[in-house]
Amino acid sequence: MDFAELINLFLLTLLTVTGLAIARMRALFPAVMLTGLYSLLSACLFVLFDAVDVALTEAAVGAGVTTILFLGGLALTKPEEKPIRKGRAALALAVTLSTGALLIYATLDMPHYGAADTPVQQHPLRTAYIEGTAQDIEIPNMVTAILASYRGYDTLGEITVIFTAAVGVLALLGSGWRRKRDA
Amino acid sequence: MSKLLMPLIMLYALYVQFHGDYGPGGGFQAGVIFAAGIILYTLIFGLEEARAVVRPWVLRIGLSLGVLIFAGTGVATMLLGGNFLDYNLLAQHAQHGQHMGILIVEFGVLLTVASGLLTIFYVFAGRGKRRRDVEE
Repeated sequence: MDFAELINLFLLTLLTVTGLAIARMRALFPAVMLTGLYSLLSACLFVLFDAVDVALTEAAVGAGVTTILFLGGLALTKPEEKPIRKGRAALALAVTLSTGALLIYATLDMPHYGAADTPVQQHPLRTAYIEGTAQDIEIPNMVTAILASYRGYDTLGEITVIFTAAVGVLALLGSGWRRKRDA
Repeated sequence: MSKLLMPLIMLYALYVQFHGDYGPGGGFQAGVIFAAGIILYTLIFGLEEARAVVRPWVLRIGLSLGVLIFAGTGVATMLLGGNFLDYNLLAQHAQHGQHMGILIVEFGVLLTVASGLLTIFYVFAGRGKRRRDVEE
């Protein structure tokens, strides 16, 4: 086991411990803080997997913005979680365990990390993108080339989703400012 | 302390935005970092101060303008006689056109992502405030 694997194992253990702590916690404020920590640990893992773009987003959205939005929601509710009835807890555990078992079963089919014979690596588009970026676009960052140029439609769709989400929030909750002035 | 950090966060957002062609990053990451910077500002100076710096109506315009810039670039390339979002036609050289197209489009992404996140944040934070005002 080399050093990188050791760090992976360490981070994954911390991730699991944080997840369990969030699940067991009754007080909501520390739980929100721990979700921030969870996101930050995920961001560290993404860096280790060389997905720096995803790590940047996870650190800013997951650890930053989402935590604040959770805190904003917390201001509207009680600081403690409602106690759960015994029967429902057992049912929830059964559902969680079976879903977890299914997910673990699904990972058995997944190719190993960095394997060369996966469909993604063998698809002809891979060479088309890698060689095309240097010729057609002449920028060093392939991720940007694919996101903004080759898959421009997808990115346009993504920002339309964000646009729709913000418009939806505005339509449902209003600006919260004008209504107060009227009242 | 956060007064010291604010310009750094904004600068980092701009760096992530314009260095997106060379290093990791791009419009989405830059927008998110920008929004996080403003949210930090809100946490420290309060919602009303932040609303005075970045006004909600500006955000609404930015929100729509971003999508319009992106889609408009596509329409512009169509008017120039190409396919939707075919940046090759934006400049004399196909590669320059690609560079320009990516820059413009990423700016659209930055606008929509930053404005969208901040709009949602303002609305949620505003709700909490209203509730407290009523209780008091």
